[in-house]
Amino acid sequence: MPVEVRLPTLLRSHAEGAASVTAEGATVGDVFADLCTRYPGLSDQLVDESGSIHRFVNVYRNDDDVRYLDQLDTKVTDGDVISVLPAVAGG
Amino acid sequence: MGFVSPPLRLTEDQYRTIVAHSYDGLPDEACGLLMGPAVDEEPLGVITEARPCRNEDKSARTYRIDSRDFIAALRTAETRGDALVGCWHSHTHTDAYPSPTDIVQAEAYPTWFYVLVSLRDSEPVLRAYRIRNGTVAESQILLGR
Repeated sequence: MPVEVRLPTLLRSHAEGAASVTAEGATVGDVFADLCTRYPGLSDQLVDESGSIHRFVNVYRNDDDVRYLDQLDTKVTDGDVISVLPAVAGG
Repeated sequence: MGFVSPPLRLTEDQYRTIVAHSYDGLPDEACGLLMGPAVDEEPLGVITEARPCRNEDKSARTYRIDSRDFIAALRTAETRGDALVGCWHSHTHTDAYPSPTDIVQAEAYPTWFYVLVSLRDSEPVLRAYRIRNGTVAESQILLGR
C-alpha cells in the first residue's frame, strides 16, 4: 500500500530534490526498500551496514519513533506518514 | 562565513533553564532544543522556549537528543508558528566550543544556533555558534527578561 515518506532537506538531493515521496510496502523496511530501488543514494543514509536504521536518523510512523515500535518491521497502513528526520547529536 | 547571524536572544529564565539542566545531567552531557521564529528556515534570534531533552546516549562524551523529545518539541514549535532554531549541550570537562563531532553533525541543521555550556570550571560558560560547511562562527548572546 502506498504511504507518504517525508524527507529532510539533507536527504532530498538523493531523491531528485523531493521533500515528500510515495512508496509501497507493508512495513517501514518494505517502504524503505521500495524507496531505495528508485533512489539508491538514500540507502546508506537510512539503513546502516548491519541492516538497522541508521543511528543518525530518526524515523517516525506518524509521530511515533519506530525504534520504540518494531523498528524496520513496524507495520504501515494506508494513509500513514513516515517522517525521516536527522538526529540531533554530537560530542 | 558568508552570512550575517543575528544575536541569540535568551531570557534570563531560558539561560537558567539551560545551565540548570546542564548541571542536572552530570556526570553525563545534557542537551535540549531551542524554539523560535524563523523565516525561510533562518532563525531570527529570538527564543520562545528552551526545552530540556533527554540524552539518549547517557554519556559524558556524546549526546543524542531523545527522538521522542525531538518530535514533541518540533510539533510544539509548529503549533505556535515557530520552528526549531537551535540546540544546546554541555561539555562536562572541555571548553564551550564545538567538538569535531559537533561540527560534522551540524550539517544536519545548518541554519541552527548551537549553544555550548562548559562545566569544566567553577562557573558555567555558555557560548553560541553558527556552524556551516564546517566553519564555526561565534554568535553574540543577548540576555533579557
